[in-house]
Amino acid sequence: MTEGSPDKNPATAATAAAETLAAAERLPRHAAPTPAEPRSFAARFLRALWSANTVTVTVLAVLLAMIVGGILIITSDPDVRAKYSYFFARPDDALAASWNKVSDAYANLFKGSIVDPLAVRGAINGTLSWERVFFPISETLTYAAPLALTGLAFALALRGGLFNIGVQGQAIMGAIGAALAGFLLPLPVGLHLIVALLAGLLFGALWGYIPGILKARTGAHEVITTIMLNYIALFFLAWLIVQDGVQDPGRTDAISKPVDGSARLPHLLGWLGPSLRVHLGIVLAVLAVWATAWLLSRSSFGFELRAVGLNPEASRTAGMAVTTTYALVMAVAGGLAGLGGSTMVLGPALTLTPAVIGSVGFDGILVGLLGRARPWGVLLAALLFGALQAGGNRMQSFSGISLELVEVIQALIVIFVAAPALVAALFRLRPARAGGIETGMAKGW
Amino acid sequence: MTVDEAEAVAIPVPFWTRERRVGTGLAVAGLLAAVIFGLLATSQDAKFTLAETISGSALPIPGTLGAVVFGLVAAVTGGAMLAPGARRWFPWLLGVGIVAVILSFLCWQVSQAPVGLNVMPIGNVAHTSLELSLPLILGGLSGVLCERSGVINIAIEGQFLVGAFAAAMAATLAASVWAGIIASALAGLLIAALLAFLAIRYLVDQVVVGIVLNVFALGLTGFLYEQLMAKDAARYNQPSRVPTWQVPGLSDIPVLGPLLFKANVFVYGALALVVLIHLGLFRTRWGLRTRAVGEHPTAADTVGIRVLGLRYRNVLVGGLVAGFGGAYFTLLSTTNFNKGMTSGLGFVALAALIFGRWTPIGVLLAALFFGFANALAFFLGTVSSPIPSQFLNMLPYVATIVAVAGLVGRVRAPAADGKPYVKG
Repeated sequence: MTEGSPDKNPATAATAAAETLAAAERLPRHAAPTPAEPRSFAARFLRALWSANTVTVTVLAVLLAMIVGGILIITSDPDVRAKYSYFFARPDDALAASWNKVSDAYANLFKGSIVDPLAVRGAINGTLSWERVFFPISETLTYAAPLALTGLAFALALRGGLFNIGVQGQAIMGAIGAALAGFLLPLPVGLHLIVALLAGLLFGALWGYIPGILKARTGAHEVITTIMLNYIALFFLAWLIVQDGVQDPGRTDAISKPVDGSARLPHLLGWLGPSLRVHLGIVLAVLAVWATAWLLSRSSFGFELRAVGLNPEASRTAGMAVTTTYALVMAVAGGLAGLGGSTMVLGPALTLTPAVIGSVGFDGILVGLLGRARPWGVLLAALLFGALQAGGNRMQSFSGISLELVEVIQALIVIFVAAPALVAALFRLRPARAGGIETGMAKGW
Repeated sequence: MTVDEAEAVAIPVPFWTRERRVGTGLAVAGLLAAVIFGLLATSQDAKFTLAETISGSALPIPGTLGAVVFGLVAAVTGGAMLAPGARRWFPWLLGVGIVAVILSFLCWQVSQAPVGLNVMPIGNVAHTSLELSLPLILGGLSGVLCERSGVINIAIEGQFLVGAFAAAMAATLAASVWAGIIASALAGLLIAALLAFLAIRYLVDQVVVGIVLNVFALGLTGFLYEQLMAKDAARYNQPSRVPTWQVPGLSDIPVLGPLLFKANVFVYGALALVVLIHLGLFRTRWGLRTRAVGEHPTAADTVGIRVLGLRYRNVLVGGLVAGFGGAYFTLLSTTNFNKGMTSGLGFVALAALIFGRWTPIGVLLAALFFGFANALAFFLGTVSSPIPSQFLNMLPYVATIVAVAGLVGRVRAPAADGKPYVKG
C-alpha cells in the first residue's frame, strides 16, 4: 500500500492507520512474557528441541537403534567378546576393542551412503575420479527410489484404514508386468519405457485390487489375504521365469531375458562414470510422492479415502461408497507398489529372477510407518532407509558386519518411532504433541 | 464392525443367503469337476490305501468313473443346500461336498500317474498333514491366548523364527533337544514381552507392533545366523531331531495308532495344549475372565478383574506356546536353522486362528486343513502331476484365501481385540 494513491478512500485509510496505531500501543501489554516462558529465541528453541516432538523423537529413535545395533555388533564378534573375559583385569582393552569395532562399522555405514572424505580429497587433488565421490549418494538414491514407492503404497492404504501387508506381492507383480512389457513388446525408445511402467503399475494395481474387493465383498481381512497373495505372487514369479519365451535361452537357471534397451530407466549420472547407477526412478518416486500428497489433500477421492479411514460408519452415513473406496484404495496402492517393482527391474536389475525385488515390499511397510503415513515423510524415510541399505553394503564388505544388522536397525527405528512415549520416557523429554503414526482407524479384525 | 454389517441389520432376508450362495458354488464346482476331471482322468485305476506305503493292497477306483461320480456327489450335495430346511445340515453338507470335490480331483491326479505309482497312501498323507499342521496349531493357540484377551498377535511369525533359532542354538550348545525346546519357548516369550510392553504399556497400534517385531525377528536371527552359525555350523547349528515315543498297545490301531501314538513331543504337546486351552478357556475362572477382558474390558474392570495384568499374562503365555511351535522347524522338520525358514507359516497360523473362529478346537481343525493342503501338494509331486510344482506350492495359500473369504463368512473377533485398554 502506497501512501496517497489516487483510488484510496481517505476515510478508510485514516481508520486503518488509527487502528494500527492502537494495536501498536496495545502490543506491549499483550506480549508481556509470562514468567515460565524463556525470553530469548535460543532458549525457546532449546526447550522445544528437548520435547517429544516429531523431529526429536525420530532423531532419538535412530540414535537408540544405532546403540542397540552397536551392542549387537560387540556381542556377536568373537574377538571382542574374548576381551570381555578379562574385563575386570583390564577394562580398557575390552572397551577400546568395542569402540574400534563399532566406530569402524558405523564409519563405513556413513562412507557407503553419504560421502567418503578420502574420495573427496582424492578428487580435489586429482588422484581419484569424481565418480567415487558421487558413488555413495548414487547408491543411496538407487535404493531409495523403489522404497519410496512401496512406502507410499503402504501409507496410502493406511490412510484409508487398511493394512496393506501385500506391498511385496504387488511389487513382484509390478516387476513381472514391467519386465514382460520390457522384453516382449517391440516398441520405440521412449514409448517403450512408458508402456513398461504402465504395465507394472497395472499388474500391481490388479494384485492390490483383489484383497480390496475381497474385503469389500466378503469382509475377508486384508492382513490375511494380502500376506497370502505375497506368497502366491512369489510362486507365480518362480513359475513364470522358467517358461519358454521368458527364460533366457542361454541359461538353465531361473533367470529371464534382459529388458530391451529402449525400456530401461536412463541413468542420471551416467556421464560421470558407469558405476553410478542412480536412474530416473528417483525422479519418478518424487513425482509419485507429490501426486499422492495432492491426491490425499486436494482431491475428492483423497477426502473420501481419509474419511473412510477415520470412520467408515460415519462415511457410509454421509453417503460415501465405503466398499468401492476400499477396493479403489487398494488398487491405487497396488499400482504404486507395482511401480516400485518396475523401477527395480527396469533400473538396476534388468532381468527377472526369483529375488528380483529383494525385500523392497516388506521394507516399504517400515518406510510407510516411519514416514508416519504422510507422503513427504515417506520420501524422507525412504532416503534414510536407502542410505542404511547402501551403507550396509559397504559395512558388510569392509567391516564384516552382515547386512541383516541394517534390517534390525530399521525395525528398531520404527519400533521407537511408533512408541514416542517410550522414547520420551527414556530421555525424559518434555511432553509435547507426540507425532505418532497416523494409522487412522485401521483396525485389527 | 466389518464393512457392510449394515446389510446384516436389514430385516428382509435376501434370497441369496450365504447357504444358498455356497450351495450354488458347490453345485457348479461339482459339475465342473465331473466334466473336467472326468475328461482328464485316464482309464487306469486310482488306488487308495490306508497304509503308510504304496506297496500292499489298495482299493482300486476306475479313474474316469471315480472323477465323474465324486463330482456328481458334490453337485448333489450343493443342490441339497438349496432345499428348504437344509440350513441345519449346512456344515455336514459342506464337508461332504468339499471332500467329494477333492476325491474327484484325486481320481484324476492319481489315475494319470505312471503305472505302479497310481496309489495314494492315505496313512502317509494323513501323517504328513498332521506333521505340517503342528506349527499352525501351536501358532494358532498362541493367537487364541492373546486375542481372546484382546491383544492382536501378528508377531507369531517372529516368535516362530526366534524360537526356531534359539532351539537350534541351545540344542547344539547343550547337546540336548530339551534344552532347545526350553530355549525356544523363552525366545518366544521375549518377543511376546516386547509385544505386550509396547502394546499394553505404550498403547502402540498392535498390528503395527506385530509387523515391526516380525521384521526385527527376521533381522536379528538373520544377523546372528550370519555372524555365528554360518561361520561355525558344527558348534552352533547342528541340533538332533526330537525322539519318537511309542505308546504300547495303542500304537497298533490302524491309521490313528501310528498317527497319534507313535509320535513326538510336538504332536503330544500340540494336542494336549488344544485340550488344555479349550478346557481352560470355557471351563475355568481364568477362561471366563480372559473372555470377559477380550469382549468388554470396562465391564471386567468394574467387577474387579485386573485387565492389564491378565493381558500381560496371556500374551506372555502365548509367546511360550508360539516359541515352542518355532522349535518344530529346527528340531523336527529339519535339523538346522536357516534364514527366514518359517516362510510365512506364522501368518498361515494367524489365518487358522480366524478360520477357526478364535477357538482352540477350531484352530486345530483349520490347521489340519492347511496341513492337508500342504501335504497334498507334496503328494501330487510324487505322482508326477501335470500341474507345475509352483502352483502346487501355492495351494495352502490359495486355500487360506478361499477359506477366509469364501467359507468362513463374517467371523466375529473378540469385541475388544486390538483395542488398548486405558483405565479411567
